[in-house]
Amino acid sequence: MNPTDLAGRRDFLKGMGKAVAAGAVPISLVKLAFADPALDFSFGYISDSHIQQISGTKFVNNWDRGLIRAVAETNMLNPKPDFVVFGGDLAQLGSKPELDHGAEILSKLRHKLYCVMGEHDYYLDLGEYWSKLFGPHNYSFDHKGVHFVVLNSILTHDEWTYNRWPSAEQRMLEMAGLDNPNGSPFMVGEKQRAWLAADLAKVAKTTPLVVFSHSPLQKLYKGWNFWTDDAEEVQALLAPFDKVNVIYGHVHQIQYNQIGRISFNAVMATAWPWPYPNTYAQAEHAMPVLTVPMNRADPFFERDATGWQFVNTTSGRVALEYNLYNNTNRTVAWNPASGKPEDRVYQDPAKQVPPQIHY
Amino acid sequence: MKRIVFGSLVAAGLAATIAVAAERAAPAPPLGLPPVPVPAANPQTPEKIALGKKLFEDKRFSSTGQVACATCHDAKKAFTDSPLATSEGIEKAGRKLTGTRNAPTVVNAAYFDTMFWDGRSPSLEDQSQHPFLNPVEMGLKDHQPILKIVRSDPEYAKAFVQVFGKKGSAISMTEVTQAIAAFERTQVAGDSPFDRYYFKGDLKALTDQQKRGFDIFVNKGRCVSCHVIEQTTALFTDNRFHNIGVGINAVQNDVPALAGEFLKAKATLAEVDKKVLADKRTSELGRFAISRGFEGLGAFKTSTLRNVAVTPPYMHDGSIKTLREVVVHYNNGGVTKEGDPVNDFLSSGIRKLGLTDPEIDDLVAFLEALTSPEYASLPSAARVEVKR
Repeated sequence: MNPTDLAGRRDFLKGMGKAVAAGAVPISLVKLAFADPALDFSFGYISDSHIQQISGTKFVNNWDRGLIRAVAETNMLNPKPDFVVFGGDLAQLGSKPELDHGAEILSKLRHKLYCVMGEHDYYLDLGEYWSKLFGPHNYSFDHKGVHFVVLNSILTHDEWTYNRWPSAEQRMLEMAGLDNPNGSPFMVGEKQRAWLAADLAKVAKTTPLVVFSHSPLQKLYKGWNFWTDDAEEVQALLAPFDKVNVIYGHVHQIQYNQIGRISFNAVMATAWPWPYPNTYAQAEHAMPVLTVPMNRADPFFERDATGWQFVNTTSGRVALEYNLYNNTNRTVAWNPASGKPEDRVYQDPAKQVPPQIHY
Repeated sequence: MKRIVFGSLVAAGLAATIAVAAERAAPAPPLGLPPVPVPAANPQTPEKIALGKKLFEDKRFSSTGQVACATCHDAKKAFTDSPLATSEGIEKAGRKLTGTRNAPTVVNAAYFDTMFWDGRSPSLEDQSQHPFLNPVEMGLKDHQPILKIVRSDPEYAKAFVQVFGKKGSAISMTEVTQAIAAFERTQVAGDSPFDRYYFKGDLKALTDQQKRGFDIFVNKGRCVSCHVIEQTTALFTDNRFHNIGVGINAVQNDVPALAGEFLKAKATLAEVDKKVLADKRTSELGRFAISRGFEGLGAFKTSTLRNVAVTPPYMHDGSIKTLREVVVHYNNGGVTKEGDPVNDFLSSGIRKLGLTDPEIDDLVAFLEALTSPEYASLPSAARVEVKR
């Protein structure tokens, strides 16, 4: 390295130092000229940990490590996020030992925690034990001028839930499967939609909305329940608001798209990655934009293709900062020029990552 | 189709040209190693290599006149400082100063993508300038004393004219470090029993136990995922950085504070060099001091395993005395003592291996088969039994 290179690198490191102050990850809040900076804030988002009991006190090490690491890293964020969201599927088969073990790991978080229900948490006892640990299945709160709504979007038809299965264990297993003809599409349901309508009736249309759900509140791929059956009805309730952001888990990958005024962003899992399902659709589809085709994860490095994220909220729009192990971190943020969420780097076709073609 | 044929002809011609150039510059690499990568700006010549050796061994380039590069990278110890865990630098107030990290071997360092345990230097040329100025290594305030000597010492003056066509104030650290790097690039060693077995098909080169150990190395032991063996060569490193649960395990609860303080200090690379060797706790942040991201926490460069049997102790801090204990550390899933807590930032490639005692012995035996002929006479520390 010649002296000029060294100087360049030193400046680079200095710059990094400035951006991060005392934390391990540079959180840079993007401030818009007309925005009130007092209303800018960030929150952490961890999802899909799938804590799985083998027997007794033995749990799957891989899934444990994913959540432990996300919690440890989230605790090091600086500036400190205002709160952390867990996006659902804390457990694999919804049992008390799994939920307890997951809750114990989450208890190390030094932030206020909001939890979202996932189908893996729900279908054993219909969310009863989860509720004892984390509270109501759906709720709303206000924070720095933003109205937050947490939905339980993984409900389904009563007949399937209450009358079809000889045991709670089998019901859980049927819902946990992919491409399972015995499964049933997710939905928010009529009762919860009525609650949502009443909740939103009190909110001014100019107030930014951020909605957390486990399943996408849109119809992506039914075979894997990347799907909410009453998505149109839910979207209709959100549509009158000026700024709506939906953040969902379940899909274990980065997705983003815009439907009307509603921006959709998916979050990563800490447990394992799913491939992009349009490769399985074999027909015309309306999947969110794919700018970085998913390569096969390195099976040696178990955290490869998993991650967690923090969310910068500015002027009622979210920017998701993805912390991706073994990979380049990514940012998907609202682009005011195009009016939709976009990847800050990979939107440019010249910068997109070509898919792996050798095996 | 035509275009492809044309392209590959050009490529073949180009490869032939490069091969010829490489042959002229350096002897054919030993069995099991690729050609040594030589930067275009610093071609190898016999005179430059000889000059580099002289510089490498010159104790005058330290504040006390007692420490040379060769003091801690001793040719008689496979260019390490075995059996010291951390090397002794200059003497201060009657006491030899020590750093925080185990002296890595120069042998086959020519193949590394980055230098130092945390990869803070991108080349041998860049690396060689730093220990002169490190307060616990050679202790100079700046490089001027070195330049003064090489510009005035008649032997050096003659050599620099011969090698670089430069004399007096035209000689800078660029030439000094280029010569040292050129010498270091000649320190390559392959042709181990493993190389003869694997790349040459000499089935008798390994014992049955070593062959079983090789199978564990590539399968149950998962070693090969980072200590890479390729089709025709083996560097036994992926040139990446991993938290394997050494060093950081002792400071886990302090990691957020240490990392935060480190970032707040906004250290320059030169300051990082001093800080990580002076302060054990900061040292354990590893690659983080350079990358400043979560993935670097407690992570250090994968070392080559060539000649590992003759270079104890092990790991970035020299904290593990024997190869058997190293294997046990990995077998425990990233803790030296079974049952100790795993650190939160452990590389996701590290997990319990479930190796039996005989399998551990086999693996250690395999590691002993990686010694090159030039170092085969050094004592092997691999067979020391661990007290458990």
